Amino acid sequence: MPRAKVQRKSTSIDMTAMCDVSFLLLTFFILTATARQPDPLDIIIPSSTYKIKVPDKDIGILSIGGKGKVFYEIVGQDVKVATLDRIGKEYNISFTPEERKRFGVLGSFGVPIESLKQFIAMDAEQRTKFAEQSAGIPSDSTNNQLAQWIMQNRHAVAELHNEPLRISIKGDAEEEYPTVKKVIDILQKQKINKFSLITSAEGGK
Amino acid sequence: MAELDTSSGGGKKGGGKVRTKKANTKVDLTAMVDLAFLLITFFMLTTSLSKPIAMDIAKPDQEDNEVRNELRASQTMTILLGEKNKVAWYMGEAKDAKPVIESFAEVRRSLLKNKEEVKNKTGRQIVVVVKPTDGATYKNFVDIMDELNIAAIKTAPAIDDVNILDNEKQFMREGGILK
Repeated sequence: MPRAKVQRKSTSIDMTAMCDVSFLLLTFFILTATARQPDPLDIIIPSSTYKIKVPDKDIGILSIGGKGKVFYEIVGQDVKVATLDRIGKEYNISFTPEERKRFGVLGSFGVPIESLKQFIAMDAEQRTKFAEQSAGIPSDSTNNQLAQWIMQNRHAVAELHNEPLRISIKGDAEEEYPTVKKVIDILQKQKINKFSLITSAEGGK
Repeated sequence: MAELDTSSGGGKKGGGKVRTKKANTKVDLTAMVDLAFLLITFFMLTTSLSKPIAMDIAKPDQEDNEVRNELRASQTMTILLGEKNKVAWYMGEAKDAKPVIESFAEVRRSLLKNKEEVKNKTGRQIVVVVKPTDGATYKNFVDIMDELNIAAIKTAPAIDDVNILDNEKQFMREGGILK
């Protein structure tokens, strides 16, 4: 008697299609994820139970940390370039198209206007080193460049997007209140009485 | 698709039974799919969840005095932020106040209690005045605003870092939370 042959079926599933789909999705998510600019200041933001998300355009972010250093971040490439042009006009510095392009992709910065050209020319590594030694944007009453930056940024946003600029403060949790107060006073001098503080979401609540 | 035809070219048929073993060329994709899904999950979660939260703050105008209005002593609670993560609070006016010095963990209960008391006594909403002093940190300020939010105090908090009265400084020094 011939033995009945049991057909052996392979139990492994063809994963090819699944693999295709998952990599397609992966590519999509990687591309849509906004690359986060490294923060030159070592900032730990305090947490809160608020629920409103920070908008991602028409916003200026003031980073306060490292014993009174203030850095400023302009959001949006077009706004950055427009702000740079305005600042250049204010301080009689002209920027080349190359410098304007480089500034357009720059994240948070904290340099006095005098060394801005030098800062734009640096590569990423030099910038991090520079940021560690930098004292931030000068904001004392005699040489208030920070106020100028905010003012020109507001003008640029109003001109390009027809929207008011929102100012956000990203402060280090351990920063002393007087430093924050100094920055808020600069804002209030420009009649910015409403602003937001950037906090992280508090877990478990 | 992920297979290759590697069956040894069927030339030799005679001449001994040399059976070439057919090697399975199917690549096991399980691990790859696992990894891909792990990364997908990661990117999905980080794109929507990493957005920081904005806490909106409004301060009174520094120059425009017309918007200022008087507060009733019966419905006002003043919170002073001091050193060492401590706060001092009192109800009513500073001159005849009995300030309480507390930590941030305790202030929530006091807030809720005072809110209830004011509501029962006067029928009005409580008004909270926050006065951060030089000894406070930025975190203290964010924390107290957060506490007000948790306590669901509807009236806008007044933030006053300019007019810190002498008797306020006095009892803060006595409590050891101000230099």
